[in-house]
Amino acid sequence: MLGTATGITLLAQDLCREYGHYTVVDHVNLQLQRGEVLGLLGPNGAGKSTTMRMLTGILAPSKGSVQICGVDLLEEPIAAKAYLGFLPEIPPLYPDLTVDEYLRLAARLHCVPEQAVSEALTNVKQRCGLSDCGRRLISTLSKGFQQRVGLAQAIIHNPAVIILDEPSVGLDPNQMREIRQLIRELGKSSSVILSTHLLSEVESICDRVQIMHKGQVVLNQNISELQRRGVHLESIFTQLTQ
Amino acid sequence: MIATVIRKELLMFFISPLAWILLAVIQFVLTWFLLVRLDAFLEIQPQMLQIANPPGVTELIVSPVFALAAIILLMMTPILSMRLIAEERRNHTLDFLIAAPVSITAIVLGKFFALMIFFTITIFLIALLSLSLLLGGILDMGLIASNLLGLLLLAACFSALGLFFSSLTTQPAIAAIASLGALLGFWMIDLAVSETEGWLHYFSLLKYFRYFNQGLIDSLGISYFMLFTIAFLTLTVRRIEGERLHG
Repeated sequence: MLGTATGITLLAQDLCREYGHYTVVDHVNLQLQRGEVLGLLGPNGAGKSTTMRMLTGILAPSKGSVQICGVDLLEEPIAAKAYLGFLPEIPPLYPDLTVDEYLRLAARLHCVPEQAVSEALTNVKQRCGLSDCGRRLISTLSKGFQQRVGLAQAIIHNPAVIILDEPSVGLDPNQMREIRQLIRELGKSSSVILSTHLLSEVESICDRVQIMHKGQVVLNQNISELQRRGVHLESIFTQLTQ
Repeated sequence: MIATVIRKELLMFFISPLAWILLAVIQFVLTWFLLVRLDAFLEIQPQMLQIANPPGVTELIVSPVFALAAIILLMMTPILSMRLIAEERRNHTLDFLIAAPVSITAIVLGKFFALMIFFTITIFLIALLSLSLLLGGILDMGLIASNLLGLLLLAACFSALGLFFSSLTTQPAIAAIASLGALLGFWMIDLAVSETEGWLHYFSLLKYFRYFNQGLIDSLGISYFMLFTIAFLTLTVRRIEGERLHG
């Protein structure tokens, strides 16, 4: 396959999205290598969530194309989405289901073969620290655990591209550290895009950062490059988005 | 993939008490009604022996039970269908389904077939109820079959319409009231026009169901019910697709 050969797992070109006359996302280009963690930064309303929703096929772009592992998302949505895992800003949970029931459903929806579902379930619960609450109803879990279930549903099928919209919102400092650890681990085998408002989070777990402002990408830089030049992410962020 | 969605919806139906209560209430009301009709039948039976070619048990007891069942299904469908898309949207789980490698058509059909499986169970129970009369006599199986078919097709129409209204809003209650209103409209449309003239009564669900209820399997009725179902399912898919493109 083209994508695996070149190591590019996600390629978005000239993505645009308009609501009426209002342009929310304006010619955004994104490229992701296997094993890379990309941090998407930007003030509220910069178009981060809209971009992510377009990358996952929930929204159709007004212009532009998205390729996931070499498969065009607009032409072959089913095949392309099989490579994707997505955690939206609000975790998409069914409060009436137990954690096990919900994760089984997620596995089946993402085409995990029936005989591998149980194994995937145990595996993902262990990775996300959910081993003890498989039989609990999702509605009885705390916010932090619900966030973990949301993350578990995004990675249960070992997707090549993982898209996380503000994964650390509402977590306490310990949980935040655990989730960052997990994301770093995921970044070794897959590509991860995460959006966040925490600049320190980007500095500690991302390989590359893109800053969006008013629908456009205003910075695309490697973290190591920034550190080498001795520039603080915070000062650049303020400079570019004010 | 449709199977996964059907399975999920059925799981969600039966873990909530709603489905069980609905099944129990329907069965209770219909059994009561059947017994009332049976009582009335036994009372007039001696007089009926005097007329030539009297109506049988099936016509006098089973047909009215199915007519009542149709009305109950009409009122019950919005309660079951309201959640299917509106609540997914409100819980932000619709994105979860759409981001998964499942087509929107498969999502809509999965939800539709899950509803239909639930209704098949309901209708099966009604069939058993009618067949219990076999203990005391013989039944007109043709008439029962035609009623069963009519009720099943009708349930498909109700489900498709309920699903469509559920796809229009984020509030399950609004979806329920709107679909109840629309269903009653389609049900009673022929009361608004005189029987002989007016094209409007071709759209009445009641008119077609009445044929089935009398034992007449009408191909026009079958076609209308199927077209109605397909039309509303298509509209539902289009509506969710449209949201992806414009919303």
